[in-house]
Parts: sequence; structure tokens; C-alpha cells
Amino acid sequence: MAASDRYIEKRAAFTGVGQSDVARRLGRDPLELTLDACLAAIADAGLEPKDIDGLATYPGGMAPARGFSGGGAYEVIDALRLNVGWYDGGLETSGQLGSVIKACLAVGAGLCNHVVCFRSVWEGSAQGSGGRAAVGMGNEAAAGEFYATGGMQWSLPFGSASAACWIAMYAQAHMHRYGTTEEQMAQIALNARRNAALNPKAIYRDPLTMDDYMASRMITSPFRLFDCDIPCDGATAMVVSRAEHAGSLRKPPIHVEAVGAAMHDRPSWDQLRELTRMCSHDAAEQMWSRTDLRPADVQIAELYDGFSYLTMNWLEALGLCPIGESGPFIEGGGRIAREGVLPVNTHGGQLSAGRLHGYGFLHEACVQLWGEGGARQVARPLEVAVAAAGGGNTCGCLLLTKGV
Amino acid sequence: MTLATESSFRILPRLTDANRHFWQGGEQGELVFLRCRACGYYIHPPQPVCPIDFGKDLAPEAVSGRGTVATFTVNHQPWIPGMALPYVIALVDIEEQPGLRLQTNIVGCEPEQVRIGMPVEVVFEHREDRHGDVWIPLFQPHGGGDGGQ
Repeated sequence: MAASDRYIEKRAAFTGVGQSDVARRLGRDPLELTLDACLAAIADAGLEPKDIDGLATYPGGMAPARGFSGGGAYEVIDALRLNVGWYDGGLETSGQLGSVIKACLAVGAGLCNHVVCFRSVWEGSAQGSGGRAAVGMGNEAAAGEFYATGGMQWSLPFGSASAACWIAMYAQAHMHRYGTTEEQMAQIALNARRNAALNPKAIYRDPLTMDDYMASRMITSPFRLFDCDIPCDGATAMVVSRAEHAGSLRKPPIHVEAVGAAMHDRPSWDQLRELTRMCSHDAAEQMWSRTDLRPADVQIAELYDGFSYLTMNWLEALGLCPIGESGPFIEGGGRIAREGVLPVNTHGGQLSAGRLHGYGFLHEACVQLWGEGGARQVARPLEVAVAAAGGGNTCGCLLLTKGV
Repeated sequence: MTLATESSFRILPRLTDANRHFWQGGEQGELVFLRCRACGYYIHPPQPVCPIDFGKDLAPEAVSGRGTVATFTVNHQPWIPGMALPYVIALVDIEEQPGLRLQTNIVGCEPEQVRIGMPVEVVFEHREDRHGDVWIPLFQPHGGGDGGQ
């Protein structure tokens, strides 16, 4: 037995996934979308709600913040009348997938057998036609009745009101240090759009060319419009099962080979020690320390693209390309295409399939491993996938293997 | 040096006992950080305990106000109604201590002149507010704000 077999996340498996309708704006009750996704995932696993004895979600119930949360742990537990051995909802964790990582640990520890995990957003409807929302402020700002408080006081007074601005500065630092170009970074967006064309639930499916990309308006340099993901409505869910209960269900289980949740830097968007590095590197290093698999074993990578640069950052963090070389690695787009050596964001990512906020990548990794991707299914047989979400100081990743 | 208050809107920080030294230091033309008297470490953002020696003997202290642009972005998106576009958001490393860094705006030059590694110096924008005036620390190219370096 390999030394790494002792880690308890290996006792967890994905047994079902589900997703609500997804659109730019659905105008429906966010909790209904949340429950649609949860029930779909439970049915996909061949389970019923009464079998579910655990629940995990990100960010959990919170005051309305422009559609950031479509339902909390308590709401879903109550709506489905779940009796849970363990539950968790919260924002302060290792990225959106930190919630799923916690679920893996909970089943590994034996607190529960089948955990439904979900992420639900209704940012499309909530933000309406008012444009993408800034962080931590409302319309009262312009009326002079709003002050920057807490951590936001260090950014809002300078107009640094969006993760777009914060992450753009990391992209700029990468370009400065390594010579990464805008044309290279564009490949993340172009690849996403090519894949989205084959995903019937993707939001933007029309072809996107390099000329379209370069002509799109600058949001906050070096990010153009197409470097920024698309606020949408939709919920995504998956069932994490304890391994000994996973084998007899409807589908072959997808094993959790290793998780990464580490953060070895300050929990801040502007105080990270190295600007070409993020806590993704810490999470990835931890993940690889818990498995005998190596980066060369990864066959598909579903990597967060809330902003295009974050996918490049994850490619480097996970060792899928050398540090500083994500630009040359994605140049031309061939390597990361569906038919390339390392297909990336095969559903269209958040850049084209919609900002389902982290869970969409894990959902797609499972869909691909199960061979259920339809027109966008990667042609060769898949056994190993990595899913990663987040950026800056809030990063988490999972290495998945299909049962053999 | 204090800039004339510009017409562009800014969201202002709400003064507290914990942040007053930072947002009002500019009244004396000084960029002020909390500093541990025991070990000399500058602390930003301010917190009640030194993160190095965990002591509580902390006091505000002015730094030179000189630093370098660690990275930046030229923002064109109207996140905040009333804030004139475009503007440069930057992370500036202050020369007194490795890693002593703050988020700010670069002023006094054209956005396209801003470079990573550029030497900059603090300049304050005075904003009146009924809860207490604040002096927003901005940075301009070292040696003057006419874009020349």
C-alpha cells in the first residue's frame, strides 16, 4: 500500500451530478434552481433525498448580495427534510470547492455517507441590466451615503471595486516578469468559446475570433471584456459518497484521489508575497503530496476562469506546465483544445458557459470521466481529471480518477 | 504636498480608532503605518497585535512615502458611478520594509506611462467628510507629477 493511501479523502467518491437550467437571466426563484440541481444530482446517483445524510455548500445563506447565493444549507436541508450527520455552509474556505473538499473529509471521517454539495447563483437576474456589480458596494455609494469599511477600505477608495481589478494586477505582473502576451492569454477565452459551442447549456456559443477578442473593450488592463466571466443564473450540485457505499449505485464511482486546500500566504488580494504566484500553488502542492499520481497523468483539466488569467495560473500551480510558461503553453490554443494533449475547460468555462462559480468545473470533470459530454466529449478514454477553483488567497483543487 | 480635491467621486473610508493614523496622516503630509515598537515591524493593514513578535506595543509612525510600483492596472470600467475614467490602480511597495505594500492610484502622469518597478512618491488628496476629513494617499512618479521621471 502506498504511503499516500492513508489520506481519508480517498474514502470519498462522486456518485452523481446535477445542474438546474442555466441562462443569463432566468427570473426564477433561486431556491428552486438550487433544489432542481440537488434533486438532479441525487437522482443521477440513483439515490433518493432520504438517503442523503450530509450537505455542503459555498457560500451558504447570506444577505442578498447581487445574486451571490441562491440558497443556504438550512434552506435546502429544510426543503428536502434531510436528516444530516454533518453539514456545512460558509465562505471562508479554500475557494468554492473548499465546500466539496470538506464533504470528502466528512464522509472519510464517517460522519455521513452521502453528501449533497451545491453552489447556486442568480447574479444574472440580480444585476439586471445594470452591468456587472462591483464588490462590497451598492447604489448608495454615489449618493455619498456609503463608506468603505473593513477590508474593503484598502481598495474601494481607489476605485478597486472588483476582483477584475485585483486579478488584472496579477496578470500584469505575469506579463512583465515572463513576457506573457495578450494574444496568449486570449487563448483561454477562445478555447472556452470553441468548447461552449458544443455545450447546449452554455450561454455564449457563437464563434469568437482573435480579432473579436482584441477588438473588445478594455475593462481593466490587461483584461478585456472576453477575459471576464459571465454572470448568470443557475445551480450545480454533486453527491459525494463514502466509498463503501458508492460501488452499488447507478453509476461507476469517481474516486477522489487527492485534495488540495492549503494557503501559505496572507488571506488577502493585495498582500500576497509574490505577484506571479497565488495560493493555488499551495493547494496544488498539497494535493500532489497526497497521491502517487503526477501532473503528467492528468488527462483533462477543468480550471477556474472567473478571469482568463486564473486558468493560466492554475496550469502553472498544478505543474501542468512549467512556472512562468503558461503563455507559451497555451499559445495557438492547440494543446488545450478538446483534441489537444491537455483539454481544458471542455464545457466552455465560466467565460462562455456562465459563472456557475467553481462547481461548473468539477461538474464537467465528472461528466467527462463518465463519458457523458455528448458533442463535447473528449474522444480518448479518460481516467484522470483535475478540477480547480478560485484564485488569490482562496483556492482549492481535487484530483479525480474513474473507477477501474 | 496636498492635491486640490478633484471633482471625481471617491468612496471614502469610514474613520475608526484603528485606521485614523493612516487616513489622516496626510494632514501633515505623512504616510503613516502602525509599527511595532519592540521589533520595528510596520503593520498593514493595522491589527491589534504585531504579526512578528505578537506584542501589543504598537504605535503609528511615518515612513518616507517613497516606493515602487509592484504592479498595476488601468481601469476603464465604471464600477463606481461618478469616478472619472480611466484611472490607474496599483500596488505600491514602500521602501522601508520588504512586503510593506498598499493599494493606491497612480496620478501625475498618463496611464500609459505607468510601469512596474517605477519609483513613486506619495501625494495626498484631501477629502472633506462630516465624519472627519481624510487624506487619501496616492502616488506620483518620483521627482514630480508631470509625467517626467
